[in-house]
Amino acid sequence: MKVKHVRGISDLGKKGIQEILSLSDHFLEVSSRRIPKVPALRGKTIAWLFYEDSTRTRLSFETAAKRLSADTMNFSVSSSSVKKGESLRDTVETVSAMGVDAIVVRHGSSGVPWLLSRWTDASIINAGDGSHEHPTQSLLDCYTIQKQFGEIEGKKIVIAGDIKHSRVARSNVAAFKAMGAEIVLVAPRTLLPVDTTSWPAETSQDFDASLRDADVIYMLRMQLERQKETFVPSLREYTNDFGLTLERVKKLQKHSVIMHPGPMNRGVEIASEVPELENALVTNQVSNGVIVRMAVLYFLLGTSADLPEGNGSNE
Amino acid sequence: MADSESTPTPRNRGVFVARSEIMDSDGVRRALWRMSHEILEQNRGLSGIVLIGLETGGVHLARKLAVNLLEIEGQEIPVGTLDVAFYRDDIGMRPVIPGNPTDLPFDLTSQIVVLVDDVLFTGRTIRAAMDAIVDFGRPAAVQLAVMIDRGHRELPIRPDYVGKNLPTRRDELVDVQETGVWLGHIESKES
Repeated sequence: MKVKHVRGISDLGKKGIQEILSLSDHFLEVSSRRIPKVPALRGKTIAWLFYEDSTRTRLSFETAAKRLSADTMNFSVSSSSVKKGESLRDTVETVSAMGVDAIVVRHGSSGVPWLLSRWTDASIINAGDGSHEHPTQSLLDCYTIQKQFGEIEGKKIVIAGDIKHSRVARSNVAAFKAMGAEIVLVAPRTLLPVDTTSWPAETSQDFDASLRDADVIYMLRMQLERQKETFVPSLREYTNDFGLTLERVKKLQKHSVIMHPGPMNRGVEIASEVPELENALVTNQVSNGVIVRMAVLYFLLGTSADLPEGNGSNE
Repeated sequence: MADSESTPTPRNRGVFVARSEIMDSDGVRRALWRMSHEILEQNRGLSGIVLIGLETGGVHLARKLAVNLLEIEGQEIPVGTLDVAFYRDDIGMRPVIPGNPTDLPFDLTSQIVVLVDDVLFTGRTIRAAMDAIVDFGRPAAVQLAVMIDRGHRELPIRPDYVGKNLPTRRDELVDVQETGVWLGHIESKES
């Protein structure tokens, strides 16, 4: 079964995630070299299609591609024909007519990567679609947790914050579940999806109680731009009930770790001092981002990406 | 580890079926002793020598050579491992790599690097290994030690130290273990 795209975690399944995590160990070593660059993807072209703002994801993909010796095509929506009214389909067909091997796409609408994969022969990598999925973020989170604990299976992971609008949460629930973790979603009811019965996770409104036996506290960004829609009475009340304050950190088990996908709203969902603590893995997440994205690009373009049968991958 | 240099054999798609035993464990042991002495003789000692085993088949051979050299000369030499997957010329045609990450915890500059692999076949793995080594530094010299030279070279590469020359057919496979060397073929699971 050939894996061609990473549009969502379901394209990979457990076997695919494991392959990417073990490939990441190789790229960790490559990144520590005097010359952190290998010729693995020489002659391959990767295009970035970013319809939404991004700093860390785009820079991280860019660095990953350069360390693999791939050529990159930059496409920024603000200075392109999209401004003149070109449709998504026409843009993608133009880009792929120039001969690209992969397109990394970020778009405000859910499902765009799946549409794109119908219109082009290139591999599609989802760098975030609406509030749907952000699979490479999940893969780097899985890698960060695996590096910390040796495995993900059996770990209790609390994901707290704006679950409703978070693509990171959706991909992470799928990925953590595939890897055998126990997941608790903590958020005010207004910031939980309407129906979570089909989600393989528990939900809770009691942040303090769920912190006690958690191994990983995964904080999500409070999407301040949505504040006018009044999902919470006030930010101060939100911080009081669902913010990771220093007092809450003191209640954690000794081995527990704190993660955040960034960008952080210090003082809202996470106290200013918390990301600097020893058990906060926020900077590990960023540096693992490059490594894991190298693994994703190499997995799709550098191997025949043939997974052994029975990997549970969809398509 | 079965050698699968030229025609990629996808993992989990077949099993190695041994047809004949080429060397037994004593044979492998004796060949490694002889190669250890040859390395010493050729380089007039162990000064500046480092061993690099290629993932995955060359790693245990490199470690064994280092143990032998320590016993003969009483001197420990650095042993590293190298995974050449990212330097291959058939990228995209092969399955996901199975080896371990590269581990070269020493400087190669001005050292004599002895590459160690289990089977020398087309020479393409060694070509990739030499490319990789250059990224780590500029060695004084690069030498090659292999347990089996099975012919069918596609590049101008020759070994400096050989356990055994073994004429083979292209479609055959050679399996090198510490317990012996076997010639056989891959049988697909379906048949």
